[in-house]
Formats: sequence, C-alpha cells, structure tokens
Amino acid sequence: MKREAQEAYQYLRHEKKFPNMWCAGCGIGIVMGSLIRAVAGLGLDKDQVAVISGIGCTGRMPVYLDFNTMHTTHGRALAFATGLKMARPDMTVIVVMGDGDALAIGGNHFIHAARRNVGLTAIIVNNSTYGMTGGQVSPTTPTGKLGTTAPYGNIEQSFPVAELAKAAGASLVARSTVYHVAELDRLITKALTKKGFSVVEAVSYCHTGYGRLNKAGRPADMMRALKENAITVKAAAKKSPEELQDKIVRGVLHEADLTEYTELYAQIVARAQSQSEEDQT
Amino acid sequence: MSGQLLQGNEACALGALAAGCRFFGGYPITPSSDIAEAMARELPKVGGTFIQMEDEIASIAAVLGASVGGVKSMTATSGPGFSLMQENIGYAAMAEIPCVIVNVQRAGPSTGLPTSPSQGDVMQARWGTHGDHPIIALSPSTVRETFDLTVWAFNLSEKYRTPVILLMDEVVGHMRERTELPPRATIEVVDRFTPNVPPDWYFPYEETSADVPPIASFGEGYRFHITGLFHDRAGFPTQRLDEIQPWLERVFKKVSRHESDIIRLKEEWIKDAATVVVAYGATARSAREAVKIARRRGRKVGLIKLFTLWPFPEELFHRLARQGKRFVIAEMNLGQLSLELERIVGRRKVRGVHRADGQLITPDEILEAIRRR
Repeated sequence: MKREAQEAYQYLRHEKKFPNMWCAGCGIGIVMGSLIRAVAGLGLDKDQVAVISGIGCTGRMPVYLDFNTMHTTHGRALAFATGLKMARPDMTVIVVMGDGDALAIGGNHFIHAARRNVGLTAIIVNNSTYGMTGGQVSPTTPTGKLGTTAPYGNIEQSFPVAELAKAAGASLVARSTVYHVAELDRLITKALTKKGFSVVEAVSYCHTGYGRLNKAGRPADMMRALKENAITVKAAAKKSPEELQDKIVRGVLHEADLTEYTELYAQIVARAQSQSEEDQT
Repeated sequence: MSGQLLQGNEACALGALAAGCRFFGGYPITPSSDIAEAMARELPKVGGTFIQMEDEIASIAAVLGASVGGVKSMTATSGPGFSLMQENIGYAAMAEIPCVIVNVQRAGPSTGLPTSPSQGDVMQARWGTHGDHPIIALSPSTVRETFDLTVWAFNLSEKYRTPVILLMDEVVGHMRERTELPPRATIEVVDRFTPNVPPDWYFPYEETSADVPPIASFGEGYRFHITGLFHDRAGFPTQRLDEIQPWLERVFKKVSRHESDIIRLKEEWIKDAATVVVAYGATARSAREAVKIARRRGRKVGLIKLFTLWPFPEELFHRLARQGKRFVIAEMNLGQLSLELERIVGRRKVRGVHRADGQLITPDEILEAIRRR
C-alpha cells in the first residue's frame, strides 16, 4: 500500500490541486487511482498521455493528474479527444466522463466515437445521477428511482452503457465497480493497451445526491450494494435475463479486433499521396 | 490574362492549406460544403487529416483538440452550424486555442434560405458565445480576397492565440472569378509562439509583454492543464478576483492593443468625400459600383471596404465623423454593423441600406441612399 501511495504521488499535481473537490466517500477518486495504477503499471511516459474530460464531478478529474490534461465543455470530451488523437496518433488519449456527460449531452459523440473506432480509452464513471448540479435524474438512473428533477420517480429507462458501446462498434467494452478495485485496475490496463475505441464503465455511486434522495444509505452501504449486486461475466453466463435484471455484470463484456481509425487514415494519406504523385508524372 | 477560374470556397481551402492548416473537422452544410470536400481531397496529400464529424458541435471540438496537439486547424459551416458551434468558440476564447471558423453566411434565422446570401451573422460572430470575450472576424468580397483573408485568419489566430472567424457569404463562396493566386514564396505564414523555457518554468497563461503567452502543444513535455473555467497563469481553475481580473484584461488587450495590426480595410476616394459608403463582403462589390457611378455624376462620395469587421475600426470612423463626413452603410441584414457605426458617429449621420431576403443589394439601391443622404 505504501509503495502504491508513492507511485500515485508521481502522477498527481500535488503542488497545487489538493485536497480534491469530491465529497468525502465519493467513488470518483477510486477510479482516478485505478487510472494512475494502470498508467504506472504500463510504464507510459507521462508526456505522451492526455486525459480529457467534459463537465461534472468526473470532469474535474484531469486537473489533479500530471499529464497533458483538458477539461472541455459538457458532453464534448470525446470530440475534442478525436481531434487530438488525429493530430497526435502517437499519444495515449484517455477520456473520463460521467454518465450524464457521456450518455445524455454527449450521447451522440459516444456512439460515433465507437462507430469510428478511434483509438481512445473512454472511462465512464457511472453514478446514476448528476452529482455536481445536485442529484437530477440521469440517463442511467434506474426506472422508478428518485431524482431532484424526478420527484415522483423516474419514468424513463436506463441506458445499458456496455450494450450501447458494443452495438455502436467499440473494440473493447468492460465494466467493473469502485468496490472491485483490483479488477478495475486490470480492465483499465487492458483498455489502454487495446487498439481502437475501448470503453470501461466504472459503476460508482453518489451518496450525496442520489443516495440521500433514494435512502440508499451511507457511502459504505452503497459500496456494499455494489459488492453484492455485481456478478462476474462467467457467473452471469449461467443466469437468465430475469435473474440478471438488477445485477451489475462485471469483466470484459465485448472484444473485437478492428483496425483503429488513425491507422486507417494513415492508409488514406498513403493512397492520396501515391495518387497525386501519379497525377504529376 | 493569367490566373485560373476559381470558386470562393475553393480559394478558402487553398488559402487554408497555404497557411499551413493540417486538420479540418466539419459537417456538411450549404453553402460551405465545397470547403470540406476540397479539404477531404487535399489534406491527406500534404500529410494532414480530415474528418467529417457527427455534427458542428463535434466539428469545432475536434478542431480545438487538434490545435492543442499543435496542428493548425479549421472548420467551415453556415448559419445553423455556426449557431451550434458557439459554446466551443467561447471555449477557444477562454482557453486561448488558435483556430479558424469559416461561416459562409446564408439567409436566416433558422434554416432560412440555404442557397441565398446574407450578412446576418455579423453580430453573432461578435457576441454569439456567452460571456465577455474578444473576437476577430474578417470578411472577403472577392475570390482572391478569400484566399488572402483565409491565410491571414490563420496568421492572426496563431499570433494572438484566439479563434478567428471568417465571415464569407453565399455569393463570395459560390462565385467563380478569374483569380491569380500569389506565388507560394510571397505568402506570409505565421506560426504560434511556442515556449523555449524548461517545463517547470512554463505558465501557459502568463502575462507577457506581447500580451500573448507562448503555447505549448500536448505531447511535448509541458503537461499543462486546459480548462473552460477561469484559470490562473498555470491553467488551474480559480475563483480569485486577483487572478480573474488580470486574465480578462489581458485577453481583451490581445486584440485592443494590436488593432493596428488586426484591422484592415481599403479606402477609396475618401479625401474629398462628403459621403462615405461603408460595405464588406459581396455587398462591397455593389457599393464600389455605386460609388463609381455617383462620382461620375459629380458627387463627392468615397468608399470604405472593410476586411476586418471585429474589432471594428472605431478610431477611423471617429476621425471621419469629426471631419463632417456622413455615412451610408450597406449590408445584407436588417442593421447589424450599422448599429456599431451609429454608436460611434451618431445615428443622424448614418443611412443604412439593408435587406435580409436573400437578395444582393444592387448599386441602384445604394445610389438611392447616396442621393437621399
């Protein structure tokens, strides 16, 4: 543990930006820790890593991290990241988003980034609510639950993040929770090494907004719920859809080997240049 | 006669390439799509990249992402797309990211008249994104000017770390003219000022004597933070008044202290003129014809063709007004830049010629205004 704390220290902007702005007991810091351990474990050069976010509690993550960091506009992180990746295909570009950021205002960018299979690692911290603005209903709030903008209960369906990413064409889709930290480390590591668009859904909770409204208890209670509701991909394979209704299936959910977008574009460059040479001769 | 038959939108793409643009992110929209098509064809030939994004919001976002990666970047759109881009244009102003946004104006509001010209986005170019911010907007009236101003738009955006908006219009965009482009070697190309200090000493938003701090690219060892929040000199979010106020002052100074470098216009027959016709974009073509006819008829009329719309040449118009001159301003909107002119010289000295129905303003309409002046 001590070794790991020292390791993390090298990746944090300790000189200016702490303590962080998240509520005590929040899961976002755990995801940030996993991200750091994954980058450290792979020995990536900090200068060659970019972390890009949108708006919301998760959107504040990059400011603490000693990489090339960009806190963009609400929902647009993937589009900013796409431009950066095309300009600098050599860089490792990581995008961190909350569920509202990635799937509501940024939903269109999310499916198109997956469809293009751009070499980005998208980490979605899913806490089923808009935390920073005070607990409004989000695209992953379960049906029937309360939000400050759903005071009589949410009548909308929740987005199945992983299925959406898979259907849209992502190369890797994985999910774990902020309770299963070791697994989260491994999945983010895998996502960082995967060519193409990879998605890691980190299921978290918001005790301040969602938890208080829905009487879900203290952070430890919500953490325990993650532990008890999560089920491995392997175990889930033996269950019926009904039995999996309220379960969080964790592990690698989808993997495909597709050529990454900037590699395809490099082929376009080669083709255009050879054609224009032919035209000139 | 030398030169080539060239379309305005093509000239814009050629200008961008000549300026060193190597990334284009865009979304199809009439009457600007030719620019995206030309860039899709030409960029890979020079090792650049083109991407058609899922909408205009994503287009400008990708442009900013690429620019942060150190690549000169642009997008091109028209009214509806320009509306969608506004939030991220503000981000570019706040984070001081160089980029060029081309708006080939069509008649609006809303879907309007997609294939008809307008100059209805002049105020949107100035104030379209929320919050106080400086902006540079340029407007060409010929195909050759489109080439030149596109190059210059990149130069200004790189030099001043700011978004620059090129306001074309449907006529200038779609029009074909015999055009002679400048020889490659004569084109001035400005690149962004990059830091030469060790990373520990680098502050991406530092106060400098030139008002424009150097900009490092991602991936080059500087590892700084970019945010749309108000930030300190290191780029970290701040709510401290002693950091917010200096930032505001500096970004406005970037433009206001360098107006003599940024403002370009062409004066003709101004010296003896009692009436000065002011115009820009396609309208400047009719205005020049009207002024020539009026002068043949013995009227003392001059012309100011504006290339820079924002910042507006306030000092010049103050001076001309003090000399007792009166003004006719012609623009394809119901009064936008004319408001700025009225603010400076007084309402009674300005007669506007306006239409927003997708039709060009004719020399006759401007002549009539000169006569009644």
